[in-house]
Amino acid sequence: MTEDEVVAELESGMTIGIGGWGSRRKPMSLVRAIARSDLTDLTIVAYGGPDIGLLCATGRARKVVYGFVSLDSIPLEPHFRVARQNAAVEFAEFDEGAFYLGLLAAAHRMPFYPTRAGLGSDMLTMNPDLATVTSPYPDADGHHEELVAIPAFDIDVSLVHMNRADAGGNGQFLGPDLYFDDLFAKGAKRTFMSCEKVVPIEDLLDEGTFHTLKIPRLFVDGVVEAPRGAHFTECPPDYGRDEAFQREYAATAKDPEAWAAFRERYVDAPGHDAYLAAVDAREGSGS
Amino acid sequence: MSTPATIDEVCAVAMAEAFRGDGEILCNPIGTTPIIGGRLARATFEPDMVMTDAVSVLAANILPVGDDEAPRLVEAWMPYRDVFDIVWSGRRHVVMGASQIDAHGNQNLAAIGDWRQPKAQLLGLRGAPGNLVNHVTSYWVPNHSTRSFVPTVDVVSGPGYDRVAELSRFIRDNHEIRRVVSNLGVFDFANDEQRMQVVSVHPGTTVDVVVDATGFELLVPDEVPETRLPTDEELRLIREVIDPDGLRRAEFR
Repeated sequence: MTEDEVVAELESGMTIGIGGWGSRRKPMSLVRAIARSDLTDLTIVAYGGPDIGLLCATGRARKVVYGFVSLDSIPLEPHFRVARQNAAVEFAEFDEGAFYLGLLAAAHRMPFYPTRAGLGSDMLTMNPDLATVTSPYPDADGHHEELVAIPAFDIDVSLVHMNRADAGGNGQFLGPDLYFDDLFAKGAKRTFMSCEKVVPIEDLLDEGTFHTLKIPRLFVDGVVEAPRGAHFTECPPDYGRDEAFQREYAATAKDPEAWAAFRERYVDAPGHDAYLAAVDAREGSGS
Repeated sequence: MSTPATIDEVCAVAMAEAFRGDGEILCNPIGTTPIIGGRLARATFEPDMVMTDAVSVLAANILPVGDDEAPRLVEAWMPYRDVFDIVWSGRRHVVMGASQIDAHGNQNLAAIGDWRQPKAQLLGLRGAPGNLVNHVTSYWVPNHSTRSFVPTVDVVSGPGYDRVAELSRFIRDNHEIRRVVSNLGVFDFANDEQRMQVVSVHPGTTVDVVVDATGFELLVPDEVPETRLPTDEELRLIREVIDPDGLRRAEFR
């Protein structure tokens, strides 16, 4: 598939789950394809990075659901900061572990999973729809503990980026951390996977052991080959984060003119190849 | 003899002292000064603690702070998801920052102003809500002032003692704010009221300075000692092994 063919499967108002973590292994070629589409009113569910920042800044997101939104080396995603301070998007902010349970519940088709995270903090104040449940089992004192019920995220489509995949959708991560990409795939009605390189199934064990094959094709509905598809986020061992480019992106949050130019040049580039050409052509680019 | 300790080194040692007695737990400091403190504690008086390399493994060797290339002596794979298993097991002591903190230890990392439309969006709740109800937490506040030590925090990310008093036995048993280290002094809550009290003030500071820089009433014992100075061995470890590039000084400029 191509990025645009994936976007053609999406509809305004959908809830989109996005894998990766912060500014790490984000399916950026797919995110940009959404950003330059005419989709609106999306709900984005992610351990957020520039995916959430871009979809807020381009007006695609109506609501964002997250455990955090960070660029790692820049602790707070600056476009997300602007969206929050302007109240430009609805939001649901979760404790990082509670967010994991929302994904896990989705993957297991459970209505919720219980946790203590949120009790005593303003997580419950900020999410007035969050309910508590009472444990059916007594503790040592005979009391029945009250717990927060984290509801399953209702994800229509998830997007993840892998290092390698075969054409059937078996995905392989070769870096140090899968993050939650398997749960995004299992917890969504449909999942599209981009990857650095599509390889024949016979070659899947050439670069990593079977432990790296954590997303079976059962949970994948389409594969997009996108070399450097996670740029400017990191995708080890294939490449690290493009910190210079990330700084350029981050700086545009404070400067509407710079953002307009960035958007025209990179976000609205007609396709991933055009984007990479623009990235490689920029002043000071080492490549 | 080493050259005399500077304030950043005093703070790193005060942070290390937060881990004294912890034994075999995940020492999980966040931020440069806390990381130096944690690595110093493990290199000296808490050798059984485990620590991440700030990426995805538990590393058994003492790593220089901020050095992504330093060789790791890997003892376990610790992807991000597995950290929650440790959080929920209770075998963890985290050090977080606090943009605001109050007399009961309520911490705000999330937002300044009304969270619906914040004046300043901060990092967010992050893992604080889950951390506080599961295991020991300490805080590092490099800019002690009436803007950071406040009567009421704008958003509660990590709940303090007054809020936890209303919660379950499990949570009350597992919640502990071990200490708060600022650029001026060391504080804890080890009193009947569970309110913030002065443990020590750093060399070069007085109790009056600390009280004036605090936006709520601090409990002040009759005798307030000075925060202890690093030993020569601690200074050597900080300067030559853990932070040879002097990253610790950035928070004190």
